[in-house]
Amino acid sequence: MSEVIPAKRITDIGPPHYDKYLHPVIKRNYGKWQYHENLAPGVLCHVAESGERIYTVRAGSPRLLGVKTLRAFADLADKYSEGYLRFTSRNNVEFLLAKEENIEPLKAELIALGFPVGGTNNSISNIVHTQGWVHCHSAATDASGIVKAAMDALDHRFTHEDLPAKLRIALACCLNMCGAVHCSDIAILGVHRTPPKIQHDALRKVCEVPTLIASCPTGAIRAATVDGNASVEVVEEQCMFCGNCYTVCPAMPMNDPECDGLSIWVGGKVSNARSEPKFSRLAIPFIPNNPPRWPEVVEAVVNIVEVYAKGARKYERVGEWIERIGWPKFFELTGIEFTRYHIDDFKNAGLTFARSAHIRY
Amino acid sequence: MPDCCNLRAHRQVIARRSDLGRKVGIVANPEDVKAQPKTPLLDNLEEGPWPSFVKEIKSAAETNEMSADLLQQLELSYEEKQGHWKHGGIVGVRGYGGGVIGRYSDVPEKFPHVRHFHTLRVNQPAGWFYSSEAIRTLCDIWERHGSGLTNMHGATGDVILLGTTTEELEPAFKELTAAGFDLGGSGSAMRTPSCCVGEGRCEWSCYDTMKVSYDLTQAYQDEMHRPAFPYKFKTKFSGCPNDCVASIARSDLAVIGTWKDEIQQDDEAVAEYAANGVDIQRDVCDRCPTRAMNWDGTHLTIRNEDCVRCMHCINVLHKALRPGKEQGAVILIGGKAPIVQGALLASVLVPFVPKEELFETLQELLSRIWDFWGEYGNNRERIGELIQRVGLANFLDGIGLDPVPQMVSAPRDNPYIYGDGGAK
Repeated sequence: MSEVIPAKRITDIGPPHYDKYLHPVIKRNYGKWQYHENLAPGVLCHVAESGERIYTVRAGSPRLLGVKTLRAFADLADKYSEGYLRFTSRNNVEFLLAKEENIEPLKAELIALGFPVGGTNNSISNIVHTQGWVHCHSAATDASGIVKAAMDALDHRFTHEDLPAKLRIALACCLNMCGAVHCSDIAILGVHRTPPKIQHDALRKVCEVPTLIASCPTGAIRAATVDGNASVEVVEEQCMFCGNCYTVCPAMPMNDPECDGLSIWVGGKVSNARSEPKFSRLAIPFIPNNPPRWPEVVEAVVNIVEVYAKGARKYERVGEWIERIGWPKFFELTGIEFTRYHIDDFKNAGLTFARSAHIRY
Repeated sequence: MPDCCNLRAHRQVIARRSDLGRKVGIVANPEDVKAQPKTPLLDNLEEGPWPSFVKEIKSAAETNEMSADLLQQLELSYEEKQGHWKHGGIVGVRGYGGGVIGRYSDVPEKFPHVRHFHTLRVNQPAGWFYSSEAIRTLCDIWERHGSGLTNMHGATGDVILLGTTTEELEPAFKELTAAGFDLGGSGSAMRTPSCCVGEGRCEWSCYDTMKVSYDLTQAYQDEMHRPAFPYKFKTKFSGCPNDCVASIARSDLAVIGTWKDEIQQDDEAVAEYAANGVDIQRDVCDRCPTRAMNWDGTHLTIRNEDCVRCMHCINVLHKALRPGKEQGAVILIGGKAPIVQGALLASVLVPFVPKEELFETLQELLSRIWDFWGEYGNNRERIGELIQRVGLANFLDGIGLDPVPQMVSAPRDNPYIYGDGGAK
């Protein structure tokens, strides 16, 4: 065996060491930062104990980037930031500048290329999102298209820091939630609403029946004999459309153009600042897919943003604002209908029932 | 309703085709795309102030057939309101059980160039720092061996090289490793760790997130590349309780920097904030979750024994207050998204580890956690779900950790106590 393996095949080297990608100013002051200043939306200045400064210019990106744009970013880094750049956890691109005088020309070039500068402090930063129809097998909706349409409408919230607090939006195209959708101020979540359509022929060839049965969190999948072959059946009223069966067995597709769509969730956060991290809660159970711009989704998100911006006090995140005013007021102010779907019926559902006489009208 | 979401404006946008993208020069020359079938729905998403992913795909499609077919298949999805990708089948590079996501078009007869459209997950440099040269190297490799499209970055943190054929996987891998890059995790494995910018550019970081993340990644290459766990295992490293990488929500093991002693306070700088119009009482003291702060109009007093280290006052008065000097991290376990048994936030496992001891402690903990999980975890059962199923107390026994009150928000309120009820 060993003689057929080429001697030079390199494996398990792990990522390159970050050290070689750090700006010299960062290298010199690593772990010795004293404070930072917010110079403008999208522009930060970090000051080290040594007195040295590093300037950051942050721009929004579509996350899905072609090599041409990446090379354009590299060229900008060479021109303005000594060849150093980074990306943020929300898919923004950041240029790290030693020279303050490079800030404005860099901003101007980024904006001319179509990349808005902002996303810092009390703004709406980039929408963390998933692959959608661009690359995912289980997507109930597209991701990039809705993000584009929503950020087109919210662009001024990215380039300005005029909200009561930071506002983080996330989108996941199905319940797998490849993103922190479940803890976002506003979450857009793709949902399936019909049970999987069993392809018995394919199932026989590509799936293990016991694994498939075990994959269902509600026990809705049962063994069955179909045309003399071992297969499964789905107890449809027990299905909650999570899609876990489809992930373990490609012969259980969930896609349904008419019934797939989106739901909107609000009030989650991951930061520990002030209140504890919390989950997002259901605001709108269903909005149909309406490509290419999903106007109903965009309208719903913008509505929540605007009602929040008007009603929240300084430093209140969406969830903190709702906790202060109460959920009845949230539904009243946003004009969103409260339905039976808002009442939890999964495990521990009772914890969300109102268990006191503290009532707001 | 504000103008920005005026539905009529949206419809107008939808009704119009635009060549805005071509004007800014990052999209196809009209001559090159002339031969392509039209994509009226997607073209619509080239308009508007936010950067357009459609422009990116079109730009790659100028020279790459995979990207051209991706564009056409996506247009079909927009027409039909459904995706056209299949999963299944094992693809990868030799000797690895992960790092490649196999993807196939379900309409290959229409779009033969995306018959295979596999993704490579490339382990990102810690903190997502790059040199322009590193970016160009990745671009060159991906132009030669794939669609020329990327995600910077994927949800777990990797560089996502989006779309290539089975035949190109090994050549792409060879060039990536020669350039110093390696694949990240996928499947039931240790997933690519990720971290916030940490000490690289943040005064709040209470430990060296990039170093811990990098060292841990290197220590567990085998666990990342050869899936052997019941399900995925994610680790994320945040330098302070602001948790910029969402570790508490998104990782099985979350490491969040914090401090034990007193908040560092610069009284002169506090006074400067007050003089500049910051309402210290309203915006700082009244927002403190434990009311641990007093402002008498000239001096801020912090009762540090009441502080829960939430970061709010430090976030607001960032030139005047800093985390304390006795720094380390809290380690939390079990965070996850809904699939399968419901979403969980990670909960406290170790309330404080001094930063000097962090790496060693994490290695020891991981080995005990993975042993327990390997022994008792079901297929596709995340560690958080296993803890829910067997109970936190049993899990603690299993990994040999003593219970401490910081692990719970409150003691139990029901008397159904398993075991000996503490009789021993």
